[in-house]
Amino acid sequence: MIIDHPLLGPRDAAEFVYLGDTALLNRPDWQADDAQRQFHDYLYMRENPAGEMRELWYHERGDRSWLVITRNTLTHEITKVELARDVVRAAQKGRTTV
Amino acid sequence: MSQSHRFDGKGLIDRQRPLTFTFNGDTYQGYEGDTLASALVANGVKLVGRSFKYHRPRGILTSGSEEPNALVTLRKGAYAEPNTRATSIELFDGLDATSQNHIGPLKHDLLAVNDLMAPFFSAGFYYKTFMWPAAFWEKLYEPMIRRAAGLGKLSLQEDPDCYAKGFLHCDVLIIGAGPSGLAAALTAGRAGAKVILADEDFRFGGRLTMETFGVDDMPGADWVAKAIDELGSMPNVRLMPRTTIYGVFDNGIFGALERKTDHLASSDGKPRQVLWRVYSKQSILCAGATERSMAFANNDRPGIMMAGAVRAYANRFDALAGKQVAVLTNNDDGWRTAHDLSVAGARNVSIIDTRPSTDNVTPAGVDVFHGKHVVNTRGRHGLTSITLSNQQVLNADCLAVTGGWNPNVHLTCHQRSRPKWREDIASFVPGAGLPIGMRVAGAANGALTLAKALQEGQEHATTALAYLGIQAKSGPAPRAEDEACEISPFWHTGETTSAYKRAWVDLQNDVTVKDVFQSHMEGFRSVEHLKRYTTLGMATDQGKTANILGLAVMAEASGKTIPETGTTIFRPPYTPVPIGAFAGSSRGKEFRPTRNTPSHQWAQEQGAVFTEVGNWLRAQWYPKPGETHWRESVDREVLQTRASVGVCDVTTLGKIDVQGRDAAAFLNKIYANAFGKLAVGKVRYGLMLREDGVAMDDGTAARFTDTHFVVTTTTANAVTVFRHMEFCRQCLWPDMDVHLISTTEQWAQFAVAGPNARKLLQKLVDEDTNISNEAFPFMACGEISVCDGTPARLFRISFSGELAYEIAVPTRFGNSLMEALMAAGEEFDAVAYGTEALSVMRIEKGHAAGNELCGTTTARDLGLGRMVSKKKDCIGNTMSERADMNREDGFALVGFKPVDEEQALSAGAHFVSKESDAVMANDEGWMTSVCYSPNLGYSIGLGFIKNGDTRIGETVCAANPLQGRTLDVEIVSPHFIDPEGERLRV
Repeated sequence: MIIDHPLLGPRDAAEFVYLGDTALLNRPDWQADDAQRQFHDYLYMRENPAGEMRELWYHERGDRSWLVITRNTLTHEITKVELARDVVRAAQKGRTTV
Repeated sequence: MSQSHRFDGKGLIDRQRPLTFTFNGDTYQGYEGDTLASALVANGVKLVGRSFKYHRPRGILTSGSEEPNALVTLRKGAYAEPNTRATSIELFDGLDATSQNHIGPLKHDLLAVNDLMAPFFSAGFYYKTFMWPAAFWEKLYEPMIRRAAGLGKLSLQEDPDCYAKGFLHCDVLIIGAGPSGLAAALTAGRAGAKVILADEDFRFGGRLTMETFGVDDMPGADWVAKAIDELGSMPNVRLMPRTTIYGVFDNGIFGALERKTDHLASSDGKPRQVLWRVYSKQSILCAGATERSMAFANNDRPGIMMAGAVRAYANRFDALAGKQVAVLTNNDDGWRTAHDLSVAGARNVSIIDTRPSTDNVTPAGVDVFHGKHVVNTRGRHGLTSITLSNQQVLNADCLAVTGGWNPNVHLTCHQRSRPKWREDIASFVPGAGLPIGMRVAGAANGALTLAKALQEGQEHATTALAYLGIQAKSGPAPRAEDEACEISPFWHTGETTSAYKRAWVDLQNDVTVKDVFQSHMEGFRSVEHLKRYTTLGMATDQGKTANILGLAVMAEASGKTIPETGTTIFRPPYTPVPIGAFAGSSRGKEFRPTRNTPSHQWAQEQGAVFTEVGNWLRAQWYPKPGETHWRESVDREVLQTRASVGVCDVTTLGKIDVQGRDAAAFLNKIYANAFGKLAVGKVRYGLMLREDGVAMDDGTAARFTDTHFVVTTTTANAVTVFRHMEFCRQCLWPDMDVHLISTTEQWAQFAVAGPNARKLLQKLVDEDTNISNEAFPFMACGEISVCDGTPARLFRISFSGELAYEIAVPTRFGNSLMEALMAAGEEFDAVAYGTEALSVMRIEKGHAAGNELCGTTTARDLGLGRMVSKKKDCIGNTMSERADMNREDGFALVGFKPVDEEQALSAGAHFVSKESDAVMANDEGWMTSVCYSPNLGYSIGLGFIKNGDTRIGETVCAANPLQGRTLDVEIVSPHFIDPEGERLRV
């Protein structure tokens, strides 16, 4: 698989480490009344889509960027690659979840 | 008698270059351009192996990589390679091959007795026959079956050859260089696309090299040669003969195995094979088709071959598979074999066509039997006669059989696509949902005739190019005629119940028509069950000649159509790939890098014993002359360190440089304990949790300036902690002004521990540095210089429990600093200590390490619960408050000592109370770390036990069923040495 890194161009997937669903970007507020419930869902509740999925990859053998990659789990087709940092900042600006 | 079956023809062998080879010790001649199989055919060798289960005599069946019978062991000694297909081996001078799976000579295999016991060996026999007594299975039955059943043997020596890996990129990958592949390559190549053309054969051309067809008004082989010349002159085309595309992977990635030196007598140090990963934008599968057989009684005798193979041996290799040839066919293709063989000089050629009548023109001198089939054959080690359905007996030494052609759809299935049935050719063709970017052309797509194949190759290449935005040059497809290819399916005439007069479906696995019926009768009816129960379609050929026939027989047994019965789909690899090729150069020490510590050279000079810690090689202990047991060395290192001073290379601990205006705030978030107010020039112990509240790692953070910290991690977690910190920085708090970089390898770091540590260091630090207890107290840190100007970092931290420092210098000075430390320490009798002594001292001190931070324990378990701040947002603090992680009867880390001090504790032992049985229901915890404490004179341990902190003084049992021993142990404080920590602060 080739990942088209937004800064470095096409790189082989072997350079990356996989983490999982981008749900991990939406870390709950620790002071919320139901913080424990929210953290529980944040950590353990996952969709398992057969199709397009947004997931976190880390360019460990490269520039150490965390990336948000949109990948089709059925075909492994990658349709979008973004810097996680940009994704999170944009969401925080718009006060939405990622 | 040399090459008794070679005739004077127009084949593609070079008669100017004769080659000598041996098979089973006998010497034969062949020519360059031969395969081992064609050379054996040319020499009249019929019997080449014994079958898998019944040890039936078998001969060559096919002329390609689908061969189920003619498996041989190639080469000798460590170079021996079992299970190679004689049909794919390119002949070279001095080639040495031996047959497999027999005891005694091939012709008189002692295990042929299995054939007489056939009734006991029918499908699933090993599930039924050898059930009793149970104990016999492992000791007697299984070894016996394994000895009797099987393929070739491994040399059991290290593979002396080397292998390589590589990456290739192209616009269009064309798989197979037959007519459609060549037409596609010409189209794509002429348009300027970057093309790879790969074929498993050493000669391009596919069936065009094996038929008498013409293309563009010239003989097929000449057209191929011209096409290859043209393609070879194009810089944008890479021709890869001897290259099998063995698998289709994600998104246009293909696995390819290129055989580089297999056709040479010696690899001569070059890689024998190269495993390529091919990245393609578009691919065109032109893999052709594989001929299938028919099943009738005793259809496995040497001399019974596929009709297309018999024709191939005649046309490409000038070799006659037999001198009296009969052809059994259900389609027009068989007639071509009769024609070509009769032209080549075979006598008494006859055609048995299962169809009542056909439009074919009978070749001169050929007898035709319409509406007949074969019901039995004779000839123990080679065919002598066949019996027709009208009981007529024909003498024949070769029976060429064709049941039709199966498109090679294998690669289309590797990404979940399922083939679909096509009635007119009675076979499966590629289905919907092909791998991304793949098109299928020619016979592989069901276009079984030449003109169609050429046309499809050109058309699909044009479409693929258009997809890439490249305009193909227009022009007509190469001219050829479509040959007759009518077929009327005919599958078998086998007995469906008798174990004798067996009709073979899968020759490699000895599966008969009767076995398939039995599988149906016993309820194993789905294709997948049929495969597992009978082993149909398994092993090196993966049922290339057998699967469809097996499916047809199952369809008959269940009264369904073939598409209703199902289809097998295929997985990689298309043909076997040696494990050596997958390993490439990652063998032995090359498997992964070795990381040496900065003082490695010095440690080697001292004769240190090393241990692997991840990729690191660390000194485990330093034996002195006269020391014969590791404990002597370790005990000495511990005692001398605690008595005076010791030095240990601790570079392997992870070091992460943290800088930025928000560095302190960032650390405050990733550590569970408070970090915001750490003063400049101070170090603090830090505990990191995972977000789920479990302890992740511990270490220290030293603050050099307002905006500059150095964090240490454990050796094992250096990589994962750094990854985690980057995640926190980029994904959780991207607006913090903080930057991270790993400096583990940039700084050599040494622990200097013991009451004389300061005196020793005083001799090395430069004059302006004051390291007195007042100026540089416990948990101080600073940037200093040593040895006349070498920059250094000094930390007053202690893992051993002694007055201790860690001193770091740029890595290139590491070995020299070790030498300088030891030289300066001479007057104090300083000792170098290894990982073993390090571990003993940390257990004596009660410090947690990897055994305790094992991924299941919490801060509370570790006795660090009060460190977890409730006043700030940090990773893991919310979840660490979960009720179940804070149970009254939770674990606590405590110390243990044996009641009988002569006894040694063992790590991994589980605790039960004195009155209870040692069963899991009564489990109260486990021992994590143990060592012999030379300071206390007995064995000590750390471990987790329920309510441990309230049970000091209690005696429990430490049960170790693995070692069969149970020991009474006393729960004690985990701080065996200096519990008040006074030594640290002097």
